This record gives sequence, C-alpha cells and structure tokens, in this order.
Amino acid sequence: MINAGIIVFPGSNCDRDAEFALRKAGFNTEYIWHDFKEIGKYDLIFIPGGFSYGDYLRAGALAKFSPVMKEIEKYVSKKQGFVLGICNGFQILTESGILPGALTKNKSLKFICKDVDIKVINKTCSFTKFVSKDILKIPIAHAEGNYYIDESEYIKLKRECRIAFEYVDNPNGSVGNIAGVYNENFAVLGMMPHPERNSVKTLGNGDGLEILLSIRRSIEDGKK
Amino acid sequence: MKKYFFEVLITLKNGILDPQGLATQKVLRRLEYPIDNVKFGKLITFEIEAENDEAANKMAEEITYNSLINPVLENYELKLLEIKELEK
Repeated sequence: MINAGIIVFPGSNCDRDAEFALRKAGFNTEYIWHDFKEIGKYDLIFIPGGFSYGDYLRAGALAKFSPVMKEIEKYVSKKQGFVLGICNGFQILTESGILPGALTKNKSLKFICKDVDIKVINKTCSFTKFVSKDILKIPIAHAEGNYYIDESEYIKLKRECRIAFEYVDNPNGSVGNIAGVYNENFAVLGMMPHPERNSVKTLGNGDGLEILLSIRRSIEDGKK
Repeated sequence: MKKYFFEVLITLKNGILDPQGLATQKVLRRLEYPIDNVKFGKLITFEIEAENDEAANKMAEEITYNSLINPVLENYELKLLEIKELEK
C-alpha cells in the first residue's frame, strides 16, 4: 500500500478534499496534526490548502514554525519521499525556504475562485510523467497566488526545468505565468491550483486526479 | 535583566506589487490630490527581556529576520525604542 500523510494545521480547510482525492488515486491516507513528528513512514506528504494560522503575518508564515515542518525539512533533505503543497501548502513551502520564491497578493486585488487551464511544462518527473494531457483544467482559489521570483532566480528555474506548470491565461500576475515549481531534486512540488478539487468527473472533468495518479505510479515503480 | 521595547517597520521591496497602495492612490487621485507612490507597510512592536543590549539586539534581529519578514518580498527597519530596568 502507498501511504500518504495529510498535514493538518489549525486553519487548514482542504484536508478532507485531499483525503477524498488521494483515496480515489489509490493512496492509503492518514491525517497528521501539525505538532506531530513521525512522518518517516509516508511515501507522500500532502500539505493542503486553507488558512493556516488565519494567514496572520503572511500566508504560510506562522505554519513554517510548526514541529512537523522541521520534520518535513529533514524528510526532504534525506529524500525519504515526495511532498506536494497545494495553495496554502505552496505558500508554507516557499515561506520555509523548501521551495524558492514567494507568493504575494493577486494583481487584480481580488480573491479569485475559478477553473483555470494550466500547461504541464516538465513531463519527465514523478509528479507529471504519467499525466496524459498537455493542458489540465484545475481550480484556483486564492488571494495571494501571485508568484514572485527575481529575474536571475527565474532564469535558473527555467534552465533547471523546475517550472512544473504555467497558466495558459495568467490570472494573478505571477512571474512567467508560473503556477507550480519543483525543488532541486524534483521531490517537492508546490502549486497554487487545487488538483484535489477536480479529482472526479462530478467536480469537473477529473483532471486533478491525473497528477495524483502519476505520483502513485511513480512511487509504485520506485518500490519494484 | 532589562526589558527592551522594539519596533519593526516592514515595507515591500521595490518592484513588488502593492495592491493596497495602488487602490488607495487611485481613490486619492480621484479626489484630485496630486499624489504618487502610496505604499503600505506593517508596524510591529514587541518587548523582550535580556541581560544586555547586545543580547537584546541580536535576539530582536533574529526574530525579525527569521519570523517577521519574508526576505524575498520585504525590507525592514528595526528600532530600539526604550529600555527599562526590571526590579529584582
């Protein structure tokens, strides 16, 4: 069985959606309260969206000090498994320095909640190598999704093929239309769109499930 | 031990979008003020106990850089406002 741990912070609100979607994709799931420290047994750590710590100070800024985040840093540096941060989860990963850049206020000044098309840029790594489509329809729901990174870092990301997804029609002002990025060894993915919110046909067209299935298949292949 | 009172002024770096500043500027322009460069920031104050000035400044700097600001987006100015002797 492939195990996924879903981190729950005070203020997370996509944890149940994540459980539903991960189970659809064939994962065995468990919730992990943020002051818990045992995460070694999971193949995938899912950091869900929401408003951890009420988005106080800055989105994701306080959650990075939860005990589980220290463990996630170790988990990443020891390459124990994969980490997927969605929306607030992405904000937490950039705030903690696990992923580069930062997420700041949407250019439009508005909270945006709608389905957007995203282009799959890098199809060679575990999160996307089994995704069949080139463009996925995935919902976004954020006020701080405007991805910022300075020019030299952006060039570096591009050169290292670490841009995972780009918006077809940039909704929030993100540099280079970036919707999701990888860490140096492609074991951590942060993205603003919510694949777990479009995991079955009833919720749209089920495109989000493709990403989760790709992760599961990659983990299974790795275990063979 | 002494009590140290600090103030941090946090501002967005040049080039980072400040929608609050822009929106406010738009409204003020509509009121026909010849206004430019309206920018929002944050003011945070805190008190810490420490043995001496050096320890207090080091701790305040650490708190500010590691927790209060995001160095990708923000600049800061840390000020020591007041020192109070604590009664034993």
